[in-house]
Amino acid sequence: MSDAGETLAIETDRLTKIYGSGNTEVVAMRDVSMQVHRGEVVALLGPSGSGKSTFLTAVGLINPPTAGRVLIGGKLVVEGDVPHTNLRSFRRRHLGFVFQKSNLIPFLSARENVQIAMQLNGDTPKSARTRAQELLDYLGVGDRGENLPSMLSGGQQQRVAVARALANHPSVILADEPTAALDSHRGRQVMELFAKVAHEQQAAVIVVTHDHRSLDVFDTRYEMEDGLMRLAES
Amino acid sequence: MNLALKDIRYSFGRFALTTLGVGMLLMVVMGMGGIYRGVIEDATLLIDRVDADLWIVQRDTRGPFAEVSRVPPSLVHRATAVPGVASAREFVYHTIQRERNGKPLRIAVMGLSWPTDKGEWIALTGGRVLRQNHFEMIANESLGLPVGHRIQLGQETYTVVGTTNNMIGSSGDGMAFVTVRDAQAIQFDVPGEAVRLERAAREARGRRFDLVAQQPMLLANAQRPGSELPAVARPGLSAVMVSLKPDADADVVADIIGGWGDVSVYTSDGQRELLLKGTVEKIKRQIGLFRVLLTVIAAIIMALILYTMTLDKIHSIALLKLIGAPNTVILGLILQQALLLGAFGFAIAYLVGQKVFPMFPRRVLVTQPDLIQLAAIVLGISILSSVLGIWKALRISPNEALS
Repeated sequence: MSDAGETLAIETDRLTKIYGSGNTEVVAMRDVSMQVHRGEVVALLGPSGSGKSTFLTAVGLINPPTAGRVLIGGKLVVEGDVPHTNLRSFRRRHLGFVFQKSNLIPFLSARENVQIAMQLNGDTPKSARTRAQELLDYLGVGDRGENLPSMLSGGQQQRVAVARALANHPSVILADEPTAALDSHRGRQVMELFAKVAHEQQAAVIVVTHDHRSLDVFDTRYEMEDGLMRLAES
Repeated sequence: MNLALKDIRYSFGRFALTTLGVGMLLMVVMGMGGIYRGVIEDATLLIDRVDADLWIVQRDTRGPFAEVSRVPPSLVHRATAVPGVASAREFVYHTIQRERNGKPLRIAVMGLSWPTDKGEWIALTGGRVLRQNHFEMIANESLGLPVGHRIQLGQETYTVVGTTNNMIGSSGDGMAFVTVRDAQAIQFDVPGEAVRLERAAREARGRRFDLVAQQPMLLANAQRPGSELPAVARPGLSAVMVSLKPDADADVVADIIGGWGDVSVYTSDGQRELLLKGTVEKIKRQIGLFRVLLTVIAAIIMALILYTMTLDKIHSIALLKLIGAPNTVILGLILQQALLLGAFGFAIAYLVGQKVFPMFPRRVLVTQPDLIQLAAIVLGISILSSVLGIWKALRISPNEALS
């Protein structure tokens, strides 16, 4: 296998997603093929309803495609709507998610929100606690570790969500409009954070975004429209 | 990290209120069981305390606790003469209702067979046992008659010389102990006018007999008190209690007495069983059914509460699934909350019940086996009622975290 093959984090092959059937059939995604390498930060652009989120949830092993294949780290995980592995366990070990809203568990503190992801992956409470605090420190919210999400600002919550996404050293981070609820300054900070994480931790990052002000931080940009994907012009 | 406890801590106020509600409901379930146990205890208390080996009752009746039983006073002497019998006592028992301070006062009157029985077997909480054949009384505390209190029953005034507690009749009325003669006097007391009418009726009946024409003095007898007339029997007893000698065979003695044509014989256990199967059986079934209904209602309410608690956590559960939490973690979250709800509810039911139950007019007896049984039921309810929440949780898609 070539060097490129060894560093390939995500590979999708002719992914298609069809909702409904007959007169109500909607093709949300059509023959989408894409490759993302470790350490690469990819922006996915496009209008609402273009199929970005459908693509992201298919790669995130949440919403299986109707046809096509998803390979992560070179391993075939989904073919059509047939899983080739335990998807929930695979998500836990290899994928990290960040959403438009922070999506933290409200009854856990910031540190516990990060810690739980590691404990679910088999870490001991003590080591998970230490690493959770390290991640929060790394992302600049270490002093808010004991606060509940409701006591954090939007930007701080997103940083905690990023920390949780990084908790299990994922090879892939998927972010769905992570800056939509943030002002431009904090939005840019979060985008730069993704770039920093991707480069320092060698994770492949796909960010669905409408925010054209921070596109310079991405290595590659794709556009989606009517379920079709293409490389965007620089 | 215990997610169930974290969630409870986060919404503590709501959980506490919910638990309080469940606790109150369980307290009612516990109370119904206690009322049932109290009815049994009250009903059988007398049989257990008087410590008789055999009960002799009117032929073909089920004894004084199930129906009216009348046996002649001479039966005591007949019974005493049977080989193996250590002693025989008269048993007179009836309930009266009087008015005191504008409120009804119901008293279960029991006659003590003076001088054999002065009430030594009664656990006194104050005063003393009976010291004379007439006009003294030992009263249960629930009657509100303290030592030294005087109360008129029938023609006579009785002085309370001793008090006891937890001596309740099968109908829940406090008991009062007097001598058999006094108990009969209270039972058969009739107003003066009724006595006069009875004497007039006796005389009128006498005039119709030819014998009166030959012996006019017979009519004069009609005016004498009934107790002085040989043709009028002494008031009967309800039953006779027999105590056996230590080496006596109860079956042999029962066979001898049972052979007499006018009485039936029961052992104490037999009398107890008859009482439970007769008078108490319907109450037992009624309370039992009510208890089952309450248990089912508690289970339904707990299931709805847990379902609602799960609905409130849909987003968190979806998120947990999204980050790869196995089903066991999510089931554990709901099940642990159900068990905590049940456990705290049970504890509240017990603690509040301890304060509330003594205020009930009838005894609420919460026994340890009943507590263990209810704890097991609550455990079962908690697990069952969490099924609805678990079913909902398992159907939540990780997609819902994105919505």
